[in-house]
Amino acid sequence: MPTQNSHDKVLLAAAEGNIKNLSRRNFLGYIGGASALLLTAAACKKSDTPSSSTGVDLGSKDTGILNYAYALEQIEAAFYTKVFESPYAGITADESARLGDIRDHEISHREFFKNALGAGAIISLQLDFSTINFGTRDGVLSVAKAFEDLGVSAYNGAGHLLASADYLLLAGKIVSVEARHAAYIRDLITPGSFADGLDANALEMSRTPNEVLAIAGTYIKTKINASNLPTS
Amino acid sequence: MNLQNIINEIEKVDPEVYNKMDGRRAAMKNFTNFGSKIALAALPLAIGSMFNKAYASPTGTKDAIIDVLNFALSLECLESEFYKAAYAAAVAGTLAIPTGAPMMAIKTIRDHEVAHVNFLQTAITASGGTPKIYTAVNFDFTAKGTFPTVFSDYGLFLAVAQTFEDTGVRAYKGQAGNLMSNKTVLTAALNIHSVEARHASHIRQMRKVNGSLVPAGIDVKPWITLNQSGIATSAVQASYNGEEATTQATINIVGINGFTAVNANIASEAFDEPLTKEQVITIVTPFFA
Repeated sequence: MPTQNSHDKVLLAAAEGNIKNLSRRNFLGYIGGASALLLTAAACKKSDTPSSSTGVDLGSKDTGILNYAYALEQIEAAFYTKVFESPYAGITADESARLGDIRDHEISHREFFKNALGAGAIISLQLDFSTINFGTRDGVLSVAKAFEDLGVSAYNGAGHLLASADYLLLAGKIVSVEARHAAYIRDLITPGSFADGLDANALEMSRTPNEVLAIAGTYIKTKINASNLPTS
Repeated sequence: MNLQNIINEIEKVDPEVYNKMDGRRAAMKNFTNFGSKIALAALPLAIGSMFNKAYASPTGTKDAIIDVLNFALSLECLESEFYKAAYAAAVAGTLAIPTGAPMMAIKTIRDHEVAHVNFLQTAITASGGTPKIYTAVNFDFTAKGTFPTVFSDYGLFLAVAQTFEDTGVRAYKGQAGNLMSNKTVLTAALNIHSVEARHASHIRQMRKVNGSLVPAGIDVKPWITLNQSGIATSAVQASYNGEEATTQATINIVGINGFTAVNANIASEAFDEPLTKEQVITIVTPFFA
């Protein structure tokens, strides 16, 4: 658990980083970002409970939601990168090409969030893929499907938590690509299953950050503190 | 709906009724938390109820949101009538959708679009709006003769289907910002948006298998590369212009942070782009009779 002093230093560094990056990141809505940061600092001082200051703090407001997305993209990008360290037995040329595209899309997303968040970005998470069987097609695709569906439900469930229309649009730009991935992976496993798992109105079933992190937690070693995320 | 009717009647006399019942924020928060517990069939009605609560005042915001929902409804009507006609043509033997997986997929997508029409229609009505429904007679899927064989040429049918799905994804994306004042409606729209993207992905895979109307040297992928339609006609190009973007929020995605595998193709594929309502209307107008 970091001391209050070190916590303040991190916040100060984050604030300085934001100021340095102001000119190239005016899209962030700097005023909104800064006030979010100040509120975070205030909140930390007020509620100095151990539970709210252990683990990697995703942060609050839009920064928190972007860090939440960044965490999920870290998992996806690392997973597909590992898939290609030793591709599963019998992978076809077409599967290799498309899964390679997906890996590079996820890396694009991860690095985008890293740069967009600047000094406000969380660290690179320690991941744990020990439960995944990377040697078989079933082992890889079943996890890929879970990650893609989870990502779609996560972005859909987080959209209403964003205050910035620019961020909402960015999340929208990414989530439809995740849905394209999800449908493709599902069809690889069972042709025609591209949109199984919808509700009775043929809508996707979105998940809250807590629901998503409970599922993703299996693959994350680093303790994550999501308690400052907006909930409504 | 009896309760809602009663409240609606009260609202005509006393526009402040909802504020008196509970605050707008509380109404939204309660609804968002409550959503998962509501029977699915009741969801559109519940949305309408919440909607009226939150937007009894100002009416301008409520009207704006109903406008977006009606815009979405018009696109879902376009899609649902398109797939209904195609499926019927296949059953009648005039459109050669292969039996088995392709026929099943078209049926699945048709059913989703019909469900979206019903969902939006109910939500608009329950919200105090008037749904504008378009039926088969309102459409001309040949686009005034541009695609005369759309329901007799399987490859052309798939090409138009892909264009509708990719356009639908871009249309919803472009409207998300206009729904931010109503969290429940925004989430519902996002939950339709990603389903359209799943459809687009699958139709694109069907086109890859079919191979018809695919330009030489183009590998049709589940995602959109640059501004390529992957369709051998310029008639659908407006649905893909702008998708070639490789800069997001001033950040250049190509080669980002030293990842050289992230070339322009990858950078454009990784982010789908929005279309404005006006752009979408220009694209779909030829398909309206």
